[in-house]
Amino acid sequence: MCLGIPGRVVAITDAERRLGLVEIAGTRREVSLACVVEPDRAPETCVGAWVLVHVGFALARIGEEEARATLAVLEELGEVQEELAAMRASGS
Amino acid sequence: MKFVDEFRDPERARRLVAAIEGLVADIPTCRERPLSIMEVCGGHTHAIFKFGIEGMLPEEIELVHGPGCPVCVLPMGRVDDCVALAETPGVIFTTFGDAMRVPGSRKSLLQAKAEGADVRMVYSPLDALAIARRHPDREVVFFGLGFETTMPATALTILQAEREGIRNFSVFCNHITIIPTIKAILDSPDMQLDGFLGPGHVSAVIGTRPYRFIPEVYGRPVVIAGFEPLDILHALWRVLVQIREGRPRVENQYHRVVREEGNRAALAAIERVFELREFFEWRGLGSIDHSGVRIRDAYARFDAERRFSIPALKIADPRSCQCGEVLKGVLKPWQCKVFGTACTPETPLGALMVSSEGACAAWYQYGDLDRVMEARA
Ligand code: SF4
Repeated sequence: MCLGIPGRVVAITDAERRLGLVEIAGTRREVSLACVVEPDRAPETCVGAWVLVHVGFALARIGEEEARATLAVLEELGEVQEELAAMRASGS
Repeated sequence: MKFVDEFRDPERARRLVAAIEGLVADIPTCRERPLSIMEVCGGHTHAIFKFGIEGMLPEEIELVHGPGCPVCVLPMGRVDDCVALAETPGVIFTTFGDAMRVPGSRKSLLQAKAEGADVRMVYSPLDALAIARRHPDREVVFFGLGFETTMPATALTILQAEREGIRNFSVFCNHITIIPTIKAILDSPDMQLDGFLGPGHVSAVIGTRPYRFIPEVYGRPVVIAGFEPLDILHALWRVLVQIREGRPRVENQYHRVVREEGNRAALAAIERVFELREFFEWRGLGSIDHSGVRIRDAYARFDAERRFSIPALKIADPRSCQCGEVLKGVLKPWQCKVFGTACTPETPLGALMVSSEGACAAWYQYGDLDRVMEARA
């Protein structure tokens, strides 16, 4: 229940009720976009966005930049670690 | 899949584990006793078992599975209430699949359905509302469950029902709220925790600020984490860094989804429809003040508790069950007396063996079952 699935908004189906089609791992389903439409903006602005879907509602937009940044941090962490390991191993 | 595969890369995971091992070597206290880190969210519990994360970690780290599985924490009497509602003439009872097989004192919803009650599994409360639209002559009740992740969905569905003037839809509200729950765990004398993995999707709704009391009052680190293996390892690493530095704070590892202020639209919907209950009864944890919500007076006509008579009896767990201890993290799932014998996914005695987020079900599915059974024989 708490596991959300990432999907991409492909179309708006009912602007008034803020419903849209979201493609999740190849299948499409109608999902409420009420929590991810920015205030005072049309639901259409969501099309193309990656969202996290929970029980039929898009609960958050997934930030592509943030995703990339996290991966970069992980990469660095790994590198530092290898260096440390090399440091420890060297001369022993 | 996008945003999934990148966070499952085994090579990166291996390096993260090495980083964690390096850190642990730097924390002297964990030589005396392992560091206990609790994941509060059932989604994390599931991911930890599924990806075998415990097996990757050094012995000095112990993961404690918290009470974050919303079906698991419902006392047995609540299942009986659902069955009573489902058996009320004219009612279509709708629920998430997770709740179908949870045993009540007499029967589960699945058994009630087999005996003729109209119980339907839905993926979303919106699907329950659609059933109400299609059957104006029937009363459709939705079993509202879960923390702040599913709360906005229920709230927005009620608001939608109001907008459309749908009169045959109501919610049996058993939503619970995370902060009082964490507080109760921190206040519990049998819990010795060194840090927390903060729930990812609850935090997408409530943001990061509500957790501040954990470092400020209790001096424990919290790192809000995503659900992929690299997310969990990365968050654990950050908890350890905080422990080593002796500088507990709230950190957010799950930047791609969680914003500091949370989700305003979701919070506004929750605020509009729900209010805190004085207390809420949990399985295993007893009654926790302000840990549940109910539907506000303004939306009373969508409240199943007011529209139907609900038995609301207190039913003690069967004696052989140790769900309470497992929920609190005092016992490991396989340490329960009936784990894998009287209690299996086919014949569950407790909800923890049913829900995909339950620790017992996850352990049964992904744990080293043969070893446990051998050790017992
Ligand atoms: S094994 Fe069954 S009875 Fe024991 S704690 Fe798990 S769910 Fe409860």
